[in-house]
Amino acid sequence: MKSEIKLFENGKRLDGRAPDELRKITIKAGVLHRAEGSCYLEWGGNKVMVAVYGPREAIPRHTQNPLRAIVTARYNMAAFSVDDRKRPGPDRRSREISKVISEALENVILVEKFPRATIDVNIEVLDAEAGTRCAGLTAAAVALVDAGIPMKDIPVACAAGKIDNQIVLDLGKDEDNYGSADLPIAISPRTGEILLLQMDGHLTQEEFDKAFDLVLKGCNAISEIQKKAILEKYQSEQGGN
Amino acid sequence: MDQDKREIVIPSQFLGEIKDKKAGNGTFVEKGKIYAEILGVLNNNSNYINVIPLKGRYDPVEKDFVIGIVIEAMQSSWLVDINAAYPALLHVNEVPWDIEFGETERYLNKGDSIMGKVLQVDQEKKLQITLKDRNLYKIKGGYISHVEPSKVPRIIGKKGSMISLLKKYTKCRIFVGQNGRIWIDGNEDGIKKVIETIKLIEDESLSYGLTNKIEDLLKKDTKEVH
Repeated sequence: MKSEIKLFENGKRLDGRAPDELRKITIKAGVLHRAEGSCYLEWGGNKVMVAVYGPREAIPRHTQNPLRAIVTARYNMAAFSVDDRKRPGPDRRSREISKVISEALENVILVEKFPRATIDVNIEVLDAEAGTRCAGLTAAAVALVDAGIPMKDIPVACAAGKIDNQIVLDLGKDEDNYGSADLPIAISPRTGEILLLQMDGHLTQEEFDKAFDLVLKGCNAISEIQKKAILEKYQSEQGGN
Repeated sequence: MDQDKREIVIPSQFLGEIKDKKAGNGTFVEKGKIYAEILGVLNNNSNYINVIPLKGRYDPVEKDFVIGIVIEAMQSSWLVDINAAYPALLHVNEVPWDIEFGETERYLNKGDSIMGKVLQVDQEKKLQITLKDRNLYKIKGGYISHVEPSKVPRIIGKKGSMISLLKKYTKCRIFVGQNGRIWIDGNEDGIKKVIETIKLIEDESLSYGLTNKIEDLLKKDTKEVH
């Protein structure tokens, strides 16, 4: 994994960002008509579409939980989302991401309100450029709110990592590929609880703490964008007629 | 926003302290603080803080009148979609007809619409509906329109003011199900007018003095016709 590429130059990164700078994020809520809730998100070069269905009765029956709803997130990368064509269908990686996102969302949705039900979250990655699981989760949160599903909080995710022995926020594609650590984290911004935390590579305790602080800052910034996207959609709907 | 628009809140938004107000529908309490749990409109007028949802499934309540669509006819019961998270069960004992075992399909079949009443909602949210009440029957003819279930109170209006207005000016028969389905029967122009007006009410459901606004509109239109 040792690279010859200089990932840092004069305190700026390859794409000209400062170490604690996020890529450009735009979020649109309620873009699909057939789905009960939906969201389209662009995060740097990532393009993610999320559709939410439910709550509805879980089928097959044995998956039902008589006390609460289950959350079924399905993360899928389009064949054309990466440089070499990705073989369509679920693979080991996408099943892992589906699982961790489902579990993160289960902790903020008020699942006790819908016994025996399922809430389906379809996350479709149309264009990938590092950090798609964070982008997927962030978009899924907005889509869930758009679907009118009761939640304790709007989760938000963001990654930090280590490149050229420096801790930076929100890794880009080359930084992810040639960097030495990647740390995606999802939090519940109201309480600061951690919903998802994975780490790829090695970080010392100090580096980890620094990365964690960066992620918190990034998440809070993204959280504002999420809220603005939802309010924009509904306030304009009520205002303009 | 304009003064006559209501405030829109999103989940996790802080609404007030528990010592000042009581937490109502669409809210939850954590550490003495009230937060919104759902995307909706803030209602902070009484002792309670309520959030009226903007979107979402119908939450069935016993004794609600609903419009259902039969999904499946089984040996001694039907499964009915009432726009809730779960299908509702309609047992042969709960219909006004005498039905032999296995002959359910002769009376109600897949795709038929019915006006029903929610009979029972249990802990597991298993739903039962009934046709045994006044004015409940299988729907023949007419048109079914959909609105968000949370907007049904606006369609009905205070003590039914809005709905009687609609009936008066369009001469249509209208049945509003609490689950957001509305059955309309009458002449073609009437139905069209009702659908248009319902759409308008839904779009402007957040503004005040809506009943008067709609009455003026309907009055004007009827004059133009004559």
